[in-house]
Amino acid sequence: MSKPEFVYVTYIKTKPERLWEALTSSEFSRRYWFGTELRSDFKAGSPFALVVDGKATDTGEILEADRPRRLSYTFKHELDDEMRKEGATKVAFTLKPHGDLVKLTLTHEGFAKDSKLLDGISKGWPAILSSLKSLLESGDALAIPLHALGIEGVA
Amino acid sequence: MNIDKFKPQTVYTIYIASTPEKVWEALTSAEFSRKYFFGNSVEIEQRVGGAYIVRTPDGALHISGEVIECDRPRKLSVTFNVNWPALIEKLGPTLVTYAIEQVGEAVRLTMSEAHDRPLSDDILSGGRQGWPAILSSLKSVLETGKPLVVKMGPPQRMLAALRDLGIATP
Repeated sequence: MSKPEFVYVTYIKTKPERLWEALTSSEFSRRYWFGTELRSDFKAGSPFALVVDGKATDTGEILEADRPRRLSYTFKHELDDEMRKEGATKVAFTLKPHGDLVKLTLTHEGFAKDSKLLDGISKGWPAILSSLKSLLESGDALAIPLHALGIEGVA
Repeated sequence: MNIDKFKPQTVYTIYIASTPEKVWEALTSAEFSRKYFFGNSVEIEQRVGGAYIVRTPDGALHISGEVIECDRPRKLSVTFNVNWPALIEKLGPTLVTYAIEQVGEAVRLTMSEAHDRPLSDDILSGGRQGWPAILSSLKSVLETGKPLVVKMGPPQRMLAALRDLGIATP
């Protein structure tokens, strides 16, 4: 059995630089990430936070920022009591040119046994990254109600 | 076919700005599937027990199967057997299920690839390489009208694992 982790791959008709911008700028993230703002200067060692309505939902530290190829940060959930106790996990994005596309690989790893956070992010990432792809390809993010993802504790 | 023993070993979920009926059409139409499925075409008899076939661009039989569940436009379950000698005998049949749900103004498409026995990550790597490309392109066609050109070599890791099991590959 492999270690519990979540891996998601998608192909996007865009340029690595533009995808990097979308992964690191609140202007983009507000539109495809359920209103989430990204707080960081995206330099290795800097703090990182996801902020919704002024509240930090997740926090961490930038581990790697090799623009526009690889971005990774630690990721700790802050709102839900159980998930907060699970401690920090690790998120890594790899952006690889693939013909006139970019292959985006997300790896989220380092989960506790029977992790509630793993269940939540497994439902969240496909919606977030699908919406990101739509935004970059068509100019419109997806209109998905957050509650429809079926994440425990998210109304 | 009894599918009780089958367990999903690869699951891929993608959200698409579309309708369940259009997603169903994309998954079941030969003309539409050629646009996003590496030029392969799907032929299906839309009833339980009907035939499910995927042909390569030159018309050769690539995948053959049987419709196990057909609940348009919500759920389609088919056996999905790559037409290589000895593959089924050694690895058992593959069951692919598409679940289609309306969520807000989008559609959630969940593809599950299930097997009746545990398979190694090496064997599963072929599907895990292919599905994200196929379904990313399907999404692009439905949303923008333009398929993605995903150039992809043969799934070497899976082919090596099959050879190790004595399964002849093209």
